[in-house]
Amino acid sequence: MTLRRLRNDVAGLLVALVVALPLYWMLLSALKPRAALEAGDPAPYTLEPTLESFRRVLLIDGFGQYLLNSVLVAVVVVTVSTLCAFLAAVALTRYRFRLRTTLLIMVLTAQMVPVEALTIPLFFLMRTLGYSIPGIGLNQLGSLMLVHTAFAIPLAVWMLRSFVAAVPKELEEAAWLDGAGSLTFVTRVLFPLVAPGVVACSIFSFIMTWNDFLFARTFIISAQENQTLPIALLSLFKPDENDWGGIMAGSVLMTLPVLVFFLFVQHRLANGLGGAVKG
Amino acid sequence: MDARPPTPAPPTPAPTTSPPRRPTGRPPGSRSRRIEPWMYLVPAALVLGVMLVYPLYQLVLVSFFDYRQPQVTGAEPLEFVGWANYRTLLSDPQFWEVLLNTVGFAAACVLGTLAVGGSLAVLATRLTPWVRTVLFLAALGAWATPAVTGSAVWLHLFDPTLGPVNQALTWLGFGDFSGHSWTYDKWSAFALVGAQVVWCSFPFVMVTLYAGIRAIPEEVVEAARLDGASTSRIAWSVMLPMLRPAVTIVTIQSIIWDFKIFTQIYIMTGGGGIAGQNLVLNVYAYQKAFASGQYGLGSAIGVITTLLLLLITLVYLRALRRQGEVL
Repeated sequence: MTLRRLRNDVAGLLVALVVALPLYWMLLSALKPRAALEAGDPAPYTLEPTLESFRRVLLIDGFGQYLLNSVLVAVVVVTVSTLCAFLAAVALTRYRFRLRTTLLIMVLTAQMVPVEALTIPLFFLMRTLGYSIPGIGLNQLGSLMLVHTAFAIPLAVWMLRSFVAAVPKELEEAAWLDGAGSLTFVTRVLFPLVAPGVVACSIFSFIMTWNDFLFARTFIISAQENQTLPIALLSLFKPDENDWGGIMAGSVLMTLPVLVFFLFVQHRLANGLGGAVKG
Repeated sequence: MDARPPTPAPPTPAPTTSPPRRPTGRPPGSRSRRIEPWMYLVPAALVLGVMLVYPLYQLVLVSFFDYRQPQVTGAEPLEFVGWANYRTLLSDPQFWEVLLNTVGFAAACVLGTLAVGGSLAVLATRLTPWVRTVLFLAALGAWATPAVTGSAVWLHLFDPTLGPVNQALTWLGFGDFSGHSWTYDKWSAFALVGAQVVWCSFPFVMVTLYAGIRAIPEEVVEAARLDGASTSRIAWSVMLPMLRPAVTIVTIQSIIWDFKIFTQIYIMTGGGGIAGQNLVLNVYAYQKAFASGQYGLGSAIGVITTLLLLLITLVYLRALRRQGEVL
């Protein structure tokens, strides 16, 4: 019995090692001196770690700016989409009206729309919007904020639904007796109460926006200064002369925030939401 | 989705110094509550309408037009061509090859993900707690890694000359792998991308199935064992049926996700591989539209992709319904 458990444990540790290897190698290559990397140093450790690669991508390749752009887009998307989704979740859970079930099914279906297929029409939509509204057209960060807000709302509504529904009806009646209108109740009482849900769904929206590659690649065509991290990372790839130290340092910068946020929401990942957040 | 926040504590009543105000709102449940929900729906509906519904309509519309670079710049007028784009596609052998690539690649990824995730979920139930924590942390790391950086790291690991994998294979005596390119051959390129996809998607399957196994009551398994059922018999006849809802969900989620993969293929094979050998539908549509300027044709591919996914989604919805997800 103990022998079998020992065998299982050894297997488990070996698997963990293999699974963690790519991440370890990312960090290792980011910290290795450039000379060692380019000489093909096979050692799975480094005795002289250096931040030189980070300095290079941040200062020379301009990752500081791209990092800022990514953060800016993500923050706007998280704020606006969570707010819209919260209000929609209130409507869909605390009221009974015709079309309610239909709308819920539409929200669920909207989650499944392959947004990748919408690249072409959205590209032209952004082009048109750009003519009349400054800051939203192609090559502008506003275009990314807008599409990702839309993409984040359906999942956020779906997530917030159970949180909003869990607040007892009596509370609403009590608030009404105290003279609170519907809007006051929703903003002053309901919103603070569903804060845990808001945090969780904000993190999901953040990760989805942060990871986006396709739309950043499509919308930001020529404006170098408006690139986001994924595209900046791609621009480091050069046939046969990749600066792996730089690429890995950039990858660490991009992976780290997601990793931290994942630790926050890990207990919610098991119930079917996790699949929606990849990509 | 059954995770609920802790029951909120009732708010402590504020000491009333002034006489209680007269309620200004309508009582909950009154008639004016008919329009209230629609007011709350407006912001979300507006954003979704403009950014999701309208583009979806446009996608279908454009797929029926001859829409190429000259029409975009306005040099030539738009022309309605009916099903011509679809006919072009269906008679193009490359389209069928890409479709086959997509289905085959997605199927292989789903099977790989389920096999790895499922067996690790079972293994996880038999581990000492600290080992399990280590395994879950490693899996969480792989899961959290963005597709872009994950692709970059895997490319680095499998770099022809500088990558540790080729170095290790050579050193272990598997032959001379220095300079061997994994992305040159069609199948080895797909295998590499597939391995990356399985790496970052098996944790979802593992965690979900592990939770499912843990939710099976101890007594049920104990009863089966007392009745003399063997371990494999218990796994097959007792645990698997109880796990079926969870298995259905992870399978369909994986299918949906693997079917529309874009980033990994685009980055790891350099936009679809040598001579487009590694194209899948999404990358194909993207290249048709933005690399060769055939937006109408690209949209037609997009419509086909969407319809195929819609089909899978309907199955998913039915599975959710059967599990009693309250709408």
